[in-house]
Amino acid sequence: MTFFLRTLQLGIKSLLVHPLRSLLTVLGIFIGVASVIWLLAIGEGISRQAQKQIEGLGADNIMVRSVKPLRSNDQEASFILPYGLLREDYFRIVETIPTVKSAIPIREIRCELSYRDRSIDGRLVGCTPEYADITKLKVERGHFITDGEVKLEQNHCVLAAKVAERLFPFEEPVGRRVYSYEYQEFYQVVGVVRDRTPTAAIGGSLEAQDFSSDVYIPISTMRKRIGDTVVLRRSGTREGETVELNQITLRVDKVANVLRTAQLVQETLEPVHGRKEDVKVIVPLELLEQARTTRMMFMVFMGLIAAISLLVGGIGIMNIMLATVTERTREIGIRRALGARRRDIIRQFLVETIALSVLGGLTGIAAGYACRPFVAMLRELMMHNTPTLMQSLPEVVRNVEPQVVPFSIPLAFGISVVIGVLFGLYPAYRAAQMDPIDALRHE
Amino acid sequence: MKLAAKLVDLRKDYVLKGETVRALRGVSFDVPVGDYVAIMGPSGSGKSTLLNLLGCLDRPTSGSLFLGEDDVSKMNDNQLSRTRATSIGFVFQSYNLIQQLTVLENIEVPLYYQGRLSKESRERCRLLAEMVGLQERLSHRPSQLSGGQQQRVAIARSLVNDPYFILADEPTGNLDSATTEEILRLFENLNEMGKTIIMVTHENDVAGRAKRIVRLRDGKLQSDTTLREGPAQSRSAESASAIEEIRAAIGSDSNKAL
Repeated sequence: MTFFLRTLQLGIKSLLVHPLRSLLTVLGIFIGVASVIWLLAIGEGISRQAQKQIEGLGADNIMVRSVKPLRSNDQEASFILPYGLLREDYFRIVETIPTVKSAIPIREIRCELSYRDRSIDGRLVGCTPEYADITKLKVERGHFITDGEVKLEQNHCVLAAKVAERLFPFEEPVGRRVYSYEYQEFYQVVGVVRDRTPTAAIGGSLEAQDFSSDVYIPISTMRKRIGDTVVLRRSGTREGETVELNQITLRVDKVANVLRTAQLVQETLEPVHGRKEDVKVIVPLELLEQARTTRMMFMVFMGLIAAISLLVGGIGIMNIMLATVTERTREIGIRRALGARRRDIIRQFLVETIALSVLGGLTGIAAGYACRPFVAMLRELMMHNTPTLMQSLPEVVRNVEPQVVPFSIPLAFGISVVIGVLFGLYPAYRAAQMDPIDALRHE
Repeated sequence: MKLAAKLVDLRKDYVLKGETVRALRGVSFDVPVGDYVAIMGPSGSGKSTLLNLLGCLDRPTSGSLFLGEDDVSKMNDNQLSRTRATSIGFVFQSYNLIQQLTVLENIEVPLYYQGRLSKESRERCRLLAEMVGLQERLSHRPSQLSGGQQQRVAIARSLVNDPYFILADEPTGNLDSATTEEILRLFENLNEMGKTIIMVTHENDVAGRAKRIVRLRDGKLQSDTTLREGPAQSRSAESASAIEEIRAAIGSDSNKAL
């Protein structure tokens, strides 16, 4: 221990012989380490924004849908087919899976809706207030379904923009009532949502969804007024089905947990629906993949730049240490004469480079943490002085909030130490290989 | 009689630009414990080569060199380092102190490479510094000392590992005559209390202070003259008290060759 401390003390003393030179060497590593942390933090910040956008597309959603099974022979007798998700399933999922942030039960029925002499072929969607949020519906007039309406099972509905346009071309829809001939029900319009472009099908896992003919009512109202059993008339035959829920949309707490959660959902549903194969868990795989790729792309890109700056810092260290070795040739000779083995000389020079790079690493980490306030300050400054330039930047860049990636701290520090050893090894080796006689003669 | 060093037909060849230079061509002599030998010779006579061999900085091409009981001519680099750290005390013409270390730390360096640093060893270094008259300068850097003082530090350093012999290479070459006298007296005192000294010099006055002069010429022993047996100089009262001081500093049981 004393020996090690002594070596360290000696190293520091030797470094202090040339304070400016040592400082500049530290600066090289400092910049390298700080830039690793900074670039990774900024990369993470940008990638989080990009991820948020991807999440906006529904990357953190899992959809569990009822699937109508093919009719088997033994069910021929009964013309009403029960299948799909049960309310019980919904509660089981919500209560047993902790990563589920929210879950929305959805029931959809196609039916004709009319107002006076106008009618449309619409889709009646029974849902809860969160539905608007999860499908990114924006209310234009009135309000979306509320908790109160769900609780009181009120005959209220919210119209999609297209529906409102067709049923109420000249009137204000809010406050009117639309009529369903099939179910002999009136629904009072309480809101209209803004037109939402249909979602495109993303890869193979998410189907395109068209919201234009939707009429939203509280799911409780639908259950009470219409019930689970629906009879379809189709080209002379009558078919019926009993479905409690068409879909449960789950929102997972983190994108990273989506796949695991989907697995859990699958397992939860397995005992009831496994044999019937009447439910399907849909994961937005392509979106997840895209989110991951975006993140990786940024990390790799930023990491690469940072690695280059560390390399430059490392070469700086090597340069300085080689100069130091030449300059201290005589000291090396003295030490060898006084009994230092080759490895003692190597150790001494290595300790010095490591001390330099560790110091650079530590200060670099401190500067790394200053990334967020510094970027905020820079933004403020640029907003003030060059507002047009700022405006021309893409939003993702303009609003970036650097996130110090936890692993970047040990990574940067580790790399700085490794660089110290790696780039210090050669000069140290050169020092150790010197012939003590020549070294002593060196002026 | 115990020997501090024994040279047996020591030869050393160098290959310079394809040509073999025979620097030492078979040199043999003994250095008994307590001797004070001056090695002399013109330049090119092989005295530097001999010094390097004696200092275990180099290996002979053939022949043997015994330090105490050990034949160092067959040792590898690590063993030679170890021998230098434990058994040889170097004193150089240009002092060769380490600039960034203090006086005390400079004295400690050989112990550091033996891994023998401790409170006691530090105390020992302090006593040695005191012995060479530098008790007031323990935390000074070499650049703050005069040439004579620096050489005193070097002498203290050469004693710290309790060596078989002190190997001095032109120890007074950079000093004025007054300081030369001081340093030579210090050597004499050390010799009187039993320390073996091998000194390379080209100055006759300096060599004349030794007990014995070994002259080299063309890589061979030219002459080996014993100037005096026993105590080097008539003891003055001053040097007697100095010897007592040194004895106290080093400790009577410290000289392994005694």
